[in-house]
Amino acid sequence: MTDRTAAKQGPEGHAKEWLGLTDWTAAKQGPRGWYSMTLRAEWTKLRSAPETPWLLLAVVASTVAVSLTTAALTPAGSGADPVRLSLTGVQLGQAVVAVLAVLTIGGEYSTGMIRTTLAAMPRRAAVLTAKATVLAFVVLVAAAIAVPLSLLFSPLPPGDGPVLRAAVGSVLYLTLIALLGLGVGAAVRNPTAAAGAMLALLYVVPLLIPAFADPDWRRHLQQITPTSAGLAIQATTGLDGLPISPWKGLAVLAAWAAGALLAGGLLFRLRDA
Amino acid sequence: MNGFLRLVHAEFTKFRTVRGWVAGLVLAVAVMTGLGILPGMSGSCNISPCPTVLGPGGEEVTDRFTYLHQSLAGDGSLTARVASLTGDAVVLAPWAKAGLIIKDGTKPGSTYAAVLLTGANGVRMQYDYTHDRAGAAGVSGSRWLRLTRTGDTIKAEESPDGTAWTTVGTAQLPDLPATAQAGLFVTSPQYAEQVGVGGAMSTPTRATAAFDHITRQGSWAGPAWTTDTVGGEPPALPPSSSTSTSQSAQPSAAAGAEQNGDTFTLTGSGDVAPAVAGAAGIGVSITQTLVGTFAALIFLAVIGSMFVAGEYRRGLIRTTLAAASGRARVLAAKAVVLGAVTFAAGLAAAAVVVTAGQRVLRGNGVYVHPASTFTELRVVVGTAALLAVAAVLALALGVLLRRGTLAVTAAITVIVLPYLLAMTVLPAGAAQWLLRVSPAAAFALQQSAPEYHQVANLYTPPNGYFPLPPWAGFTVLAAWTAAALASAAILIRRRDT
Repeated sequence: MTDRTAAKQGPEGHAKEWLGLTDWTAAKQGPRGWYSMTLRAEWTKLRSAPETPWLLLAVVASTVAVSLTTAALTPAGSGADPVRLSLTGVQLGQAVVAVLAVLTIGGEYSTGMIRTTLAAMPRRAAVLTAKATVLAFVVLVAAAIAVPLSLLFSPLPPGDGPVLRAAVGSVLYLTLIALLGLGVGAAVRNPTAAAGAMLALLYVVPLLIPAFADPDWRRHLQQITPTSAGLAIQATTGLDGLPISPWKGLAVLAAWAAGALLAGGLLFRLRDA
Repeated sequence: MNGFLRLVHAEFTKFRTVRGWVAGLVLAVAVMTGLGILPGMSGSCNISPCPTVLGPGGEEVTDRFTYLHQSLAGDGSLTARVASLTGDAVVLAPWAKAGLIIKDGTKPGSTYAAVLLTGANGVRMQYDYTHDRAGAAGVSGSRWLRLTRTGDTIKAEESPDGTAWTTVGTAQLPDLPATAQAGLFVTSPQYAEQVGVGGAMSTPTRATAAFDHITRQGSWAGPAWTTDTVGGEPPALPPSSSTSTSQSAQPSAAAGAEQNGDTFTLTGSGDVAPAVAGAAGIGVSITQTLVGTFAALIFLAVIGSMFVAGEYRRGLIRTTLAAASGRARVLAAKAVVLGAVTFAAGLAAAAVVVTAGQRVLRGNGVYVHPASTFTELRVVVGTAALLAVAAVLALALGVLLRRGTLAVTAAITVIVLPYLLAMTVLPAGAAQWLLRVSPAAAFALQQSAPEYHQVANLYTPPNGYFPLPPWAGFTVLAAWTAAALASAAILIRRRDT
């Protein structure tokens, strides 16, 4: 049975196909076969979900549109970091990335598909790892299209070191946001609530930081919150004034993503589907 | 109508019986209150009293000028010509002031009325700090001015030549004592400039004016004039906070007055005007206590979008629409229930936060700018309305998109992201444009610091000033919500469930 017919028959078709395969193919291939099979299953689910292409298109479109608009609206010599301004769209694109990430796992809870998935592949760590892999791949590709397009009219040459760091870093930033969203989605399960939690993390936490009057506290919070630290990678000017250096900031976000995936994975293992 | 009430009742029953939604509502109130009253900041005002001057109306004022004066008992008048007004050190500030003033003594913050020539804003009559009336525009360099007291009434007049007089305005000063101080004054305010994004540079300026043709009527103390620098000498510079690149340069010479024959030359620095928050301000406004609004907004948007998207997910929407006589009426009933519930929750949270939060901040020694009761009321009711309308926007988006995840993301993104961008990355022009057209314009409701046209300041979003007036900003959000609701009403009728 091909993937196409499986998709037409819906979740049950998938289940039968994969259950059928587990009988003999996987046994022959050993543990590696288990994983590549799970990976293929997750890839099929992600690419055949009706909203995936639209959301990926929205990641690119929103990032590029906001970036170009901001760059066009800003008069030259405003004192702002031109590269950072040209990458403003990442701030909107990350919300769409978060939705895609949350739906990757939360969507299965909404439809009950998760039970089929886990019946076919009871190793939950393998399911989550496979989901993380396919999600990171598609977001990486979308971000790798969106970021260079955003910088198309940027005044600085793309070969420049800091600009290259900002561009590559922004692509990695969006990918890490996707992994963070997957972890949150696995922990919260309800996709709407998970999206709310992600948006709170992305947009509300940076707004709460100025409520602290102590500059040391503010600086410290900017060093440890995912967006404030992670977006330091976009800076090309005034690096000395940053609360955290670019790559260190991205590492902080990576730690958040790893922590969220671990916590989500643990809850995923412990709870019933 | 009875049918609609039944629908509302049905929707309310649905709302209150879903444990997650009620819990979310309680959490929203708790988080908003918690963030507002938790002692997030502390100040030093309980160690040494914060130096602030309050005007006759209880508002914060700046009162610092060079004053050549003597006492005037009862009614009388003072006429003089401002022969010249020049700035030095930096620039002639557009709101540099030279003119005549009658005041209750020399204590900063006391009641006054003045007629004055400005650097670039023509002749003005100003009294009790917040009142400003324009006289002849486009006048600079030299002008005849006259101030007349009759009982509690002060009349300000101006003339190009000392013979043809026109009235600039009159003012009632009920607190002015029978014997007041009257005379000549010069002052020149801070000159603020935008530096980069969110940065500001504020420099003190100084002005010098020459006065001649001084004539007095009434019972004046005598020929001798006294020179005072009201508000302290030399002009102490307020500490520049919230600026990454602030610089200050002291005026090169001290303020004072010199007499040369019948001509008096006064040099002054400071301002006689309402105090403004921002580049050169201290302390926080009551808006500070409402920082939890954003967190509450997330909870309410999640509830709002689930209130309808949850029905699509579970198929309950078919039962709901089958039971009701009109689909648009179902949407209206949902909007009414959601709006009312979230408004009540927001009102409770905002009222607690604005009253208790201020007390906590003051208890910690943080200087909180006083706001009038009317302003506090507008901020509290406005915050509740903002939350309610935002929840209804999420509801409408839930109908349009039929997926809770997409609806909540769309709602939060259109309301919170523009605000975040305007406060952090965008330069002032783009930030103000965004806060005019996007639903984030509604946050203007939380602005508590008034904007005074007669005080030059950086009235930009990061300094707490929104481009639209409070309720106009709210109207922008309401218009977006109305458009989303209207589209939802059309689509819910046309589409299958």
